[in-house]
Amino acid sequence: MKTVEATHALLELRDVSKQFYKRPDIAQRMAIKLGFAAPPATVHAVDRASIKVFPGEVVGLVGESGCGKSTLGRVAVGLHAPTMGQRLWRGQDMAGMTANARRQAQLKLQMVFQDPYASLNPRLRVNQIVGEAAVAHGLVEAREQKSFVAHLLERVGLDPNVSQRFPHQFSGGQRARIGIARALALKSEFLVCDEAVAALDVSIQAQVINLFMQLRQELGLTYLFISHDLGVVRHISDRVVIMYLGRVVETADAQALFEHPNHPYTQALLAEAPTLVVKKKTFVAIRGEIPSPLNPPSGCHFHPRCPHAMARCSVEAPALRNIAAGHESACHLNDR
Amino acid sequence: MAHPSIDSKSGFPVGVAPTLQVEDLKTCFFTKGGVATAVDSVSFTLNPGEIMGLVGESGSGKSMTGYSIVGLVDPPGEVVGGRILFQGQDLRQMDEESLRRLRGNRISMIFQDPMMTLNPVLRIDTQMIETVLAHDKVSHSAARERARDALARVGIPAPEERLRAYPHQFSGGMRQRVAIAIAMLNKPDLIIADEPTTALDVTIQAQILFEMQKLCRETGTALIWITHDLSVVAGLVDTVAVMYAGKLVETGPVRSVLENPLHPYTRSLIESLPSRNVRGRPLKQISGIAPSLLALPVGCAFRERCPAAGPACMEEPLKRELHKSTVRCWFPFTAQEVV
Repeated sequence: MKTVEATHALLELRDVSKQFYKRPDIAQRMAIKLGFAAPPATVHAVDRASIKVFPGEVVGLVGESGCGKSTLGRVAVGLHAPTMGQRLWRGQDMAGMTANARRQAQLKLQMVFQDPYASLNPRLRVNQIVGEAAVAHGLVEAREQKSFVAHLLERVGLDPNVSQRFPHQFSGGQRARIGIARALALKSEFLVCDEAVAALDVSIQAQVINLFMQLRQELGLTYLFISHDLGVVRHISDRVVIMYLGRVVETADAQALFEHPNHPYTQALLAEAPTLVVKKKTFVAIRGEIPSPLNPPSGCHFHPRCPHAMARCSVEAPALRNIAAGHESACHLNDR
Repeated sequence: MAHPSIDSKSGFPVGVAPTLQVEDLKTCFFTKGGVATAVDSVSFTLNPGEIMGLVGESGSGKSMTGYSIVGLVDPPGEVVGGRILFQGQDLRQMDEESLRRLRGNRISMIFQDPMMTLNPVLRIDTQMIETVLAHDKVSHSAARERARDALARVGIPAPEERLRAYPHQFSGGMRQRVAIAIAMLNKPDLIIADEPTTALDVTIQAQILFEMQKLCRETGTALIWITHDLSVVAGLVDTVAVMYAGKLVETGPVRSVLENPLHPYTRSLIESLPSRNVRGRPLKQISGIAPSLLALPVGCAFRERCPAAGPACMEEPLKRELHKSTVRCWFPFTAQEVV
């Protein structure tokens, strides 16, 4: 990936934060003003996270549930507006673009969703699901829609004759393929795959992962691949970003990360991922639960569960810093 | 006490009565589209303290096997054949009252979704004490004490306070621990766990696997762990049973099944895992999709997706004993081929 370093990142998120809070109604607002009620709690789903994805790269985004990986993916694709921070497409801030340029950039960014059942409209035929957006945006003429869809279906390994069917007539793996065909329909360059294979059976999962890799080669796609499955991420990613409670804690080339994890959380995650190696292992668990993002721990978010926690960890949040070429980690242990 | 001799095949002591013997279990669903045989001639034996992993993809009948054993199959499904011997007694011959006395007491079940076990409007202590008192003549305070101990054992901090909490006040991992604690309350002889960690995160899953393993070792409880994830099974279980389209296609000690799989399905399943493939290369994949139970192919159900299929596969394969495993295939991989 040396050559692409020189060019602009295809997509960059710079110090992006996303907070969710419930808007209080008028009675609550008055109660807050008079001091009878506490102000509404804010969920810090993503806290100053920065990622760069270069053209042709596959970046794996890993974390446990509630760590903000899906929110970050949705910010990346433009489904959520970031509360703070910038989103740059080919080096240009998308907020500063003209409306037309922004729409053009936006079309290149598409998403493949987790649930192959919920993400397809059950009342639309495949022809509409896959072809509607391309026609609406003027990429293809309405009369060419049928052949356009047939071509896309073939590309994702489906029979082009199924385009008049409804989603319920397909199996989970086939639906996943329809979801991918829909994301490709706008001649997209960048796909955010949010747990795109998690709902599939093992034997089907392999087929869909192979399809992702084949499409990457044929179309030069770039992926942000969000997953909790370390085996899958290791297999397809060039670079991996690990998140914990809204923050990026470590990022590195896939090989470096899996061979020399630096952050204690990454180490714990790798150690506890189940593998096929048969040995009577005694599962040594990292203690405790994942804290709530409503009320994250002070300092380093991981310190209450970290085996190496020091006094400093509960006060000062460690910054993400370079520890080797292309390897960044946010841990105070690296200062020693 | 003299040590009982060890059976060379299973690695378990001989002379100890098995906790569970399932023989030719058959469960059918009588649907409008025809009869679907969800569980077909399934047989296995489970000894005290043994952990068996029941592995299969969705629709393979692994959960239905568990439900059939505890008698939770609802119409249009029905257990139509076979014997389920629990400590020598056939559960199929038992009346509802005797079954009620066994379930939740000697046999318990853990579901994938802990909210299936927990009542959302009752406090944890109410639910746990009820479970104890339903089967045991003890005082209320003794039952409460037992509930508290059970919570402590599954690693819930401050069990005394947590007893007074409602299920919604727990996180997903904590709720599953409560469900496991309830399953363990009466020190059952058999636990059937249906994908209990599938919805949980890796770090939480590791904690629960650790606790389950410890509990089985200590109390001699036999455990059936139903899962679709072969890698969860690797560190936990003693024996593995792989299901495909309602049938057990391969059963054997975990080491030989995972390291030296005999059935082409088991082999393909293991080979398709990303961790077994070279990074960046296409994964080895199983072509096609699992057949519908209403329209199974003639002969071996895996025939159409199988790399080793031949003309013989048009006939249904019989069970064969090979090495330490039982396999249902005409062309199993043998040790020679592996070397």
